[in-house]
Amino acid sequence: MLELIVISTLNGVLFGMLLFLLSSGLTIIFSMLGVLNFAHASFYMLGAFFGFQLTRWIGFWPALIIAPLLVGAIGMAVERYGLRNTHKHGHVAELLLTFGLAYIIEEIVQLIWGKGPMDYRVPAILDFPAFTIFSTNYPAYKMFMLLISVAIFIGLLVVLKRTRVGLIVQAALTHPHMVGHLGHNVGQVFMLVFGVGTALAAIAGVIAGPALVTQSDMAMLLGPILFVVVVVGGLGSLSGAFIASLLIGLVQTFAVSMNGSLASLFGPLDPSIGPSLLTDVWNVTIAQIAPIIPYLLLVLILIVRPMGLMGTRET
Amino acid sequence: MSAAIEIDAVNKSFGNAKIIRDLNLRVEQGERHAIIGPNGAGKSTTFNLISGYITPTSGEVRLNGEVISGLSPFEINRRGLSRSFQVTNVFGRMSVWENVRCAVLWATGHRYAFWKNVDSLPEVRERTAAILEDINLAARREVPASLLTYAEQRALEIGITIAGGANVILLDEPTAGMSRAETERAVELIRRLSEGRTLVIVEHDMSVVFGLADRISVLVYGQIIASGTPEEIRGNPKVKEAYLGEEAH
Amino acid sequence: MSEPVTASAPRTTRADALRFYGLWIAGATLLLVLPLVFSSGGSLTTFSLIGISIIFALSYNILLGQTGLLSFGHAVYYGIGGFLAIHGMNAIAGHEWPIPLPFVPLIGGLAGLIFSIILGWVSTERAGTVFAMISLGVGELVASSALILRSFFGGEAGVTANRTDLPAFFGLTFGPQIQIYYLIAAWVLISTIAMYALTRTPLGRVCNAVRDNPERVQFIGYNPHVVRYLAFCFAGFFAGIAGALAAINFEIANSAYLGLVQSGVVLFATFIGGVAYFFGPILGAIFVTYLQLGLTDLTAVWQLYFGIIFIGMVMFAPGGLAGLIMMHRPLARGGTLHMLLPAYLIAAVPTLALAGGVILVIETVSRYIVHADASTMVNLFGIPFDTSQPVTWVIALVLTVGGFFVARMTWRGIAAAWDRAATAARDKGHLA
Repeated sequence: MLELIVISTLNGVLFGMLLFLLSSGLTIIFSMLGVLNFAHASFYMLGAFFGFQLTRWIGFWPALIIAPLLVGAIGMAVERYGLRNTHKHGHVAELLLTFGLAYIIEEIVQLIWGKGPMDYRVPAILDFPAFTIFSTNYPAYKMFMLLISVAIFIGLLVVLKRTRVGLIVQAALTHPHMVGHLGHNVGQVFMLVFGVGTALAAIAGVIAGPALVTQSDMAMLLGPILFVVVVVGGLGSLSGAFIASLLIGLVQTFAVSMNGSLASLFGPLDPSIGPSLLTDVWNVTIAQIAPIIPYLLLVLILIVRPMGLMGTRET
Repeated sequence: MSAAIEIDAVNKSFGNAKIIRDLNLRVEQGERHAIIGPNGAGKSTTFNLISGYITPTSGEVRLNGEVISGLSPFEINRRGLSRSFQVTNVFGRMSVWENVRCAVLWATGHRYAFWKNVDSLPEVRERTAAILEDINLAARREVPASLLTYAEQRALEIGITIAGGANVILLDEPTAGMSRAETERAVELIRRLSEGRTLVIVEHDMSVVFGLADRISVLVYGQIIASGTPEEIRGNPKVKEAYLGEEAH
Repeated sequence: MSEPVTASAPRTTRADALRFYGLWIAGATLLLVLPLVFSSGGSLTTFSLIGISIIFALSYNILLGQTGLLSFGHAVYYGIGGFLAIHGMNAIAGHEWPIPLPFVPLIGGLAGLIFSIILGWVSTERAGTVFAMISLGVGELVASSALILRSFFGGEAGVTANRTDLPAFFGLTFGPQIQIYYLIAAWVLISTIAMYALTRTPLGRVCNAVRDNPERVQFIGYNPHVVRYLAFCFAGFFAGIAGALAAINFEIANSAYLGLVQSGVVLFATFIGGVAYFFGPILGAIFVTYLQLGLTDLTAVWQLYFGIIFIGMVMFAPGGLAGLIMMHRPLARGGTLHMLLPAYLIAAVPTLALAGGVILVIETVSRYIVHADASTMVNLFGIPFDTSQPVTWVIALVLTVGGFFVARMTWRGIAAAWDRAATAARDKGHLA
């Protein structure tokens, strides 16, 4: 039991940090540009696939640098030639544009790499158990992932607190209507923010690719959870996104590893009743409902705290 | 009979900033009451407090004797108070006719009805047409609100505000940005429309204020420093110092 | 029907009334005679799908076009309608209740309505981006739950019913597709009239007001949350009817009915059709259904084309097909529409070249890289291309890049011609 708790906590924090790599970019983009980038998880997927392809060609370490740069460049192009032209049609049009983009990116990935999972392997140098808890070997690669995400988290804090652009972003987080007064370089700041946000997502993709499954449906699977994170945390709140990322990372990881059900707690329902909705609910394991836990959490939070955990904003 | 509006020891802070400090104001039934004061004195905040757009940090607002602070804007509106906005706030993609008619629907009891044809409600049609006549926009009824001229939009803003037939009307700078001639027409309109109702108006144009108001309150730094008839206000040295003096030079 | 959603009170002249009812009668007649003109089994199936899609898209537009709510989870209510219709049909057949098939869509509608009543209040608390995200979350919640609650949703396989087990209706057994077509057509007519009528009620008008300015609505007595909630319930009801019709048509309901993909398709159809006019989603449903059916036969990557068309629409024609058509109305009234023709014709050539180039690039990549086993021949506008030949790659690139730059110049020509035509029409007094 203790073993399960330790391993699940490690995995949960790791998943949470990965979520935060994505949700932080999403939150900053939302605060600055006012648009929730529906395609954010798609940039994460592009990161994984670029990482996979570049690892084949030039190795994992160069790929870890180059793939996010490429994805960031694509993100900047999307902002410059897509979002900026759509802005005049309003936020709904912008949201629709990123929705269409998510759709197209998935199709293009399928066109080039097909629908099956990629053989994206952990680099040999990190392919060993870091330590053994009880009887479980904990892989070094996962520790590496945790290290990278924590390093980026710290880096992000430093940039936000110490640089000019960071100050602008902070100002935008607290006073979104002030963004319009940035002056002549507002376009460049937007483009940069979008580029950095998508590049962060791509880093998450490159490092998560070997550990999770690199497949063309990975954006569709992760995307909705990501939006749960930002809504639960409170739209536009970076600290909220952080708390919600860890919360959902931990809750989901723990749920997956639990096999309990109401039936196992209280004994199986009388079999003479036969299959019904009740027996479905009775016999379902916590692991089976793990995928819907984030959404249940979303609905609960919205009933109790419509603004989200740390949200201060109406829309 | 209780006062139309009573503001009783109201405070409002945003973070550490105290915008409204111990505000007391009484507007009698049927009175035309103007609130004046320098920029940033809290005039629009006062309107927001009365109309339920924001809730007071402490204190009470009463409408016809009933406590309304803490209620939603639509609950306050249903109790007979209606307001206009300083920045034009209309339904942009809808025609002038639709704008006014929507504002008529609640008061005529049709509310959320989804079983009635909106075009075959005679009392709605007549009232909408009458208001369009009143605000001189009858000829522009088919035009989307966002395509109106500025003065026309201000007139529509007033039309939407009075359409529900509220007894207490709050107008936030109705003549701001208007030319001399447009202002005169607007004042005439307001005088006519506020007949038999209670009017509270925030206004910068002193000729409008002194021409229209029965009583005037002067708001400086979130507090009423003087309240009285136009003559009393004109002669009040505190007001001259705090406000009118600045305006003079 | 061609009145914009935001139109004001129609001046009730006799000619207007005649035109108004004429349009509805023409629509009903079209539904009636369509299968007589195109009587093949394939066309009947297509028309049936279009009919279902029309109701679904119109119900979606109650949210998006009328009330300004962008939902990513509208398929939930469509799917619930479908599942309840299947279970309803099985129950009717099992208990031999005297309920004939034409009334089954009402079961679906009520199911959609009940779920909207339950899930709607939380969903509609706020508009804008938050509503969009909640609709997505609720959609995923229901879609994932469907896979867990197997006894009701049938797991991956879904649940089936036999529509001919229900009591006959005036001698109709609803076995043949033609009878199903007329069943769907009747419901299309009823639902369309009902949804149009809804736009003409006090609630329908206030929905527009909430869409335009939810803040101001509060100061004219309305609670925008209640308005959004009611709109949401109506949308759920009609989506449920559409889902039930789909279940009747296919005699099966599965978890794909209520998933994100289905929600996306109805969003595409509605938006491409145009949300600002009542008839927009009808155009969109027809267009997207044909596109789905037509493209699947032609290419393996039809969804990519789908996405490209959608993005193109969002960026360049946010009014959708209906918006594009209605843009021309003042010019047509002013009699200056012909002034656009030369510019349109000139622009058509490079634009088609650009489109051809893009298609060729996509097909080349598709066949050369991935589906190496498939035939390498692509037929474009009747010209065969071999995607394994470098010359094809060059042609594709030249067409795409060259086409883009030339087309961009001719698009400016259209803008200039538009200005001239609009000025001419204004001179005749036809533009405000």
